[in-house]
Parts: sequence; C-alpha cells; structure tokens
Amino acid sequence: MIFGVPLQALLGQLMLGLINGSFYALLSLGLAVIFGLLRVINFAHGAQFMLGAFTALLLAKHLGIGYWFALVLVPLLVGLFGVIIERTMLSRLYKLDHLYGLLFTFGLALTIEGTFRYFFGSSGLPYSAPAALQSPPVNLGFMVLPRYRAWVIVASLIVCLATWVLIEKTKLGAYLRAATENPTLVQAFGVNVPLLLTLTYGFGVALAALAGVLAAPVYQVSPLMGSNLIIVVFAVVVVGGMGSIMGAIVTGYALGLAEGLTKVFYPEASNIVIFVIMAIVLILRPAGLFGKEA
Amino acid sequence: MRKILMSATCLGALSVPAMAEVSDGVVKIGILNDQSGVYADFGGKYSVAAAEMAVEDFGGKVLDAPVQVINADHQNKPDVASNIARQWYDTEQVDAIMELTTSSVGLAVQALSLEKKKITINTGAATTELTGPACTPFGFHWAYDTHALAVGTGGAIVDQGGDSWFFLTADYAFGYALEGSTSEVVTAKGGTVAGSVRHPLATTDFSSFLLQAQSSGAKVIGLANAGLDTQNSIKQAAEFGIVTSGQRLAALLFTLAEVHGLGLDVAQGLTLTESFYWDRNDESREFATRFKERTGMMPNMNHAGTYSAVMSYLKAIEAAGTDETEAVAAKLHELPVSDAFTQTGKVGPNGRLISDVYLFEVKSPDESTGEFDYYKLLATIPGDQAYADPAQSGCPLVQ
Repeated sequence: MIFGVPLQALLGQLMLGLINGSFYALLSLGLAVIFGLLRVINFAHGAQFMLGAFTALLLAKHLGIGYWFALVLVPLLVGLFGVIIERTMLSRLYKLDHLYGLLFTFGLALTIEGTFRYFFGSSGLPYSAPAALQSPPVNLGFMVLPRYRAWVIVASLIVCLATWVLIEKTKLGAYLRAATENPTLVQAFGVNVPLLLTLTYGFGVALAALAGVLAAPVYQVSPLMGSNLIIVVFAVVVVGGMGSIMGAIVTGYALGLAEGLTKVFYPEASNIVIFVIMAIVLILRPAGLFGKEA
Repeated sequence: MRKILMSATCLGALSVPAMAEVSDGVVKIGILNDQSGVYADFGGKYSVAAAEMAVEDFGGKVLDAPVQVINADHQNKPDVASNIARQWYDTEQVDAIMELTTSSVGLAVQALSLEKKKITINTGAATTELTGPACTPFGFHWAYDTHALAVGTGGAIVDQGGDSWFFLTADYAFGYALEGSTSEVVTAKGGTVAGSVRHPLATTDFSSFLLQAQSSGAKVIGLANAGLDTQNSIKQAAEFGIVTSGQRLAALLFTLAEVHGLGLDVAQGLTLTESFYWDRNDESREFATRFKERTGMMPNMNHAGTYSAVMSYLKAIEAAGTDETEAVAAKLHELPVSDAFTQTGKVGPNGRLISDVYLFEVKSPDESTGEFDYYKLLATIPGDQAYADPAQSGCPLVQ
C-alpha cells in the first residue's frame, strides 16, 4: 500500500500512463521537429493526427487495405499532404513573424476538422485493431495489458529513438540543424534549403499521421480526436523546451506518467495536472526543462 | 416591395382577426444545442432537421402566421447559451427555445426563460432537476430524463442479478444526476454501490478509470456519461477484456446515434433505455423514413422528441388561439401528446412529458438484418413508472 493505494493498482496506472505518454511523445516529437527546424508552431498537428486515423479508416473501408499497410502508407499520404500545404502556403510565411504561421496552421486545423465533422458527424467511426494484436489481453500480474497497447509502447519508442538519431546523429540531420541556424550560409554550400524545410514539414506531419494510425484502434476515430489531444501535447512541448527533440520525447513519457498517477489519487484533476506542471516549469525555467536559455 | 408587403400585412390583419393573436406576426422557434462537440450527433443538426420537419408537417403556419425555426450552437457552455437565448428573446422575437442538450445549459436557459416569460421545451438534457426543484411554469421536459434511464437500464440489470455497481461518472451536473438516480434504483432493489470515479467531460483515455472499476470487483460498471465519452469507454472496456472477464457494462445514456457510431461489433449485447425507436410502429417508421431521406441518419429519442416538442407547441398555440406564453403553457399542460414520438403522452403539472420508455438490447451483427436494424425490445416501461411522480418530484409548483 502506498498512500492508501494498493501497489498493484499503482503499477497498473503507471503502465497506462506510459501508454498515454507514448502518444504524447510521438505527437510532441513531430511538433518539436517542425518548431525546432522551421520555427513554425504547427497548430494543425492535431488535425493531421486525425487525418492519419481517418485515412487509415477510409483505406480499410473502401480499398480493403489493412492496418499494417496503413501504418506505412498513411504517413506517406498525409506527409505528402503536408508537403503540398508547405509548398503552396506555409513557405510564404517564413519571412513574417512566427504568429502568422501559428494563425495559418490554426485556421487550417479548424477547416480540416470542420470539413470532417460535416461529412462524418461528431461521434466518429470504429476501427479495429489487427487480429494478431486483439484480445486476449496479457496478464502481467498487476494488470491485464491489451496486446495492442503493448505494441503502441514498442512502436512509439522505436520511432522516437529513430527520429532522435536521424536529427542529432546523421549528416542529413546536421544539414537540417545548420539550415535552421544559418540558411544563407548553408545554401551557399550548395544545399537546397527550401527543399530541406519542405521535407522536414512533411516528416513532422507524417509523424502525426503515424500517431493517428496507432491511435485509431484505441480511440473512436472522430473529427474531434485531435483537438482533444493537441492542447496537452503543446503543454508537453513547452515543458520539454520548444524545439528540443529529446526534451519532447522524455517529457511526453514523464507527463503521461504524472497524469496516470493523478488519475489514481485525484481523478477530477487529471485533465489539468499537465498544465499545472507546465505553469510551474515556466516559472522556474522559462525555456523548458531541456531548452537552451536564449 | 416593402410597402406592398406592409399593406399586404395590414390587409391580412384586417381580414383575418386571428393574425393579431400572434405577436409580431410570426412564431419563431429557436433550436439551441451542441452542433460541434461531443453531443453533436446526439442532437446537433439532426434535431434542427426534426424541428423543421414538424413545422412542415404542421403546414408551415399556425393561426395564419408563418412559423420559423432558427438554430445556434451553444458549445455545451451555459454562459454562451444564456447569451444566445437572451439575444434571441430581446432582439429576434423568438417565442420558444427547444432541444437544449447538456444539463447545465438546460438549467441556465430554463431559468432565464422564466425571467423573460418564455417557453422552453427541453429534449436533450437529462437532469430531473428541470422538472424537480428547478421547475418553472413555462419549462417543459420531453423525451427522457435521468430517472427514466435509471429505472430502465438500472432496474433491468439489477433484476437480472447485477446487484453490485461501480460508476464511471462525467464530472458535471448531468453525470451526478444520472449516478444519483441510478444508485437510488440499485439500492432500492437491494443492490450495493461499490464506488465511483469521476472523469472530465470529453476525456479521450478511459483506461485508468476502467482499471479502477475492474479492481473494484463490482459486477456492473455503470457508465454515467454520454456521447463520445460513452463510446470511448465501451471501446476501451472491450480492449481491456472487462466484459469477457465477467463484468457487465451498463451504458446509462446511449442512443441509436452512438450505437451507429460504435458499430454493432463493439456495441452488441448492451442494454439501453430509449423512449423512441424508429422500427417500433407504423407512425415511428413513417417519420423515421422521411427523417432518414432528409438527413441520412435514423432519429434517436432526442431527434424524435424535438419533432414532438415543436408539434406539441404549435398544437398548443392553435388550441389557445394565441401565442401568449401563459395561455400556451396552460394548453401544453392540458393537451395529450400524440404524434410520431409517442401516442400516449401526457404532461405532468411539473412540465414533465410522461410517455412510455423502452428497454432495448443491441443486436449482434448476425441478428441485424439491415442498416439501422439495431435493437431488440426487452420491455416496455409505462410512463408513470419510468418518470417520477410529479407530486414527489420536488417541484415547488406541485405542492
């Protein structure tokens, strides 16, 4: 017993926190990549997450394409959508104040969500997990863990680490980081900077779409699914430090755990605990836990 | 053009005395509900369509005055709803506001309407307070309430041996009311309540709450929430093997719209209570078929209830010979209700429409023979058993 809560229940809740943390980490990772390299606050991230889930659903419904193919195909499709948005609209705003990018992506999110709500209603549609990952759930002793949720943790960890390695440890990542630091100089070395930025945005959007596919069997696929999550994810990014990739990943998991604990001790506060933590972090370390002080 | 209209109106007023009985020459009904949030399918644009159908079926005119339906989205916020209602009453000559999904909104607008001396007919909100302690002479409650849901689903499940309960409750007025009413029914029938956990409105992940419900050991997990929240609870409960491990889910407010969204694969076997099902008799089928042609959806009890509310309001104006609030409210209390929604409805002195409610079980995909063939009828609960006796409702107007 810890503070009147059985250890078993506590462990179970921590496990659930870790699962939610996986989604937070995946989503905030995409946001951090886009912000870190493009300096764009991508408010459309939640809508792109929802697009990912809906694309998987529509592929299954109309073309009979299953979960595993969707896992690869959907990020490509939605990423391509992101590339088109970046090329035709967003890239025109880079020279202006950051606020314009924020307003543009916010408007984009409202438009996408409104369109989907018009066609699909608000209660959404069901999407089932692939047969291999359906019940029976695994009994861990302290809780029953649905197989699908275990897969979510594994998939999210792999994707997070791969992204971190790509950006922090490879030559391509080095170009990207240099291009953000000083685009003119990097362009002078013969690197196509606008193309790099376009691909980065596409990659960030693809990450959101991937999270959407992962989430589709867990949550009801509905036009609102992204807007419910996105505010929390923004808090994660702020706590982690805007633009810090490792910060986004670690904070995503940590805040998932914090939320899980709150659900045990005081469930009514579970939807605000993340914002309380955000406020405290902002007071003590305005640049976030992993951010560099400007 | 305006002149011609004016003179035409004057001429009309002279030749048809009844016209003068309708204030501003038009009857305006406002449908105020959630059109973009978690309850947008439960009511939303479908309720607006139902109201428009009622006006058309009535002939588009009452006492020779045209009838108009306007609508707005209150976003489930009582303050937004009150502002819209105030504006409608003060500057847009709205005569009555209906639908009003979300209990907190329903209570706020009903109180405002008393102050403005206007009629409200609530179909979307669930709390019994509307016709209980907060009742007003001009406030009516159609379609369902937490008492009926508790007697229906709660009562049936206890009778079938589900005698220990744990609640997953939406953390606002509606959730408390539903949990409270159901707890009363459960304990009155000799059952026990093991505990409850409260979750914020529009939660996406219910797994922690479900795990707590699972470890409580209760036989039944009562979902005292609604809309998308209930859908996510049920979907995730399936994932955690809650039903397969022997616990039972009771979705206390669950309608055709949500079953449709969830799909029969996940929803099959659920017991639920509604006061309307499209495939119940000829009247309901006829209305529902036209409704589906218009909207692409089959109506649930809130949509059909809105149709009935608008219809009853117009009949009351016709019977009263005026749209003056007190006279119309008196007729609404007096006239029996018979339309596509119910054929045996009567209105209690507290404003509660008393009509039969039905206990359904959701069919399995194999049992379902066509689109929207979702329910098996388990029992019909007579209106005076489903709803609280007006004398005991706590409504100050009745004592």
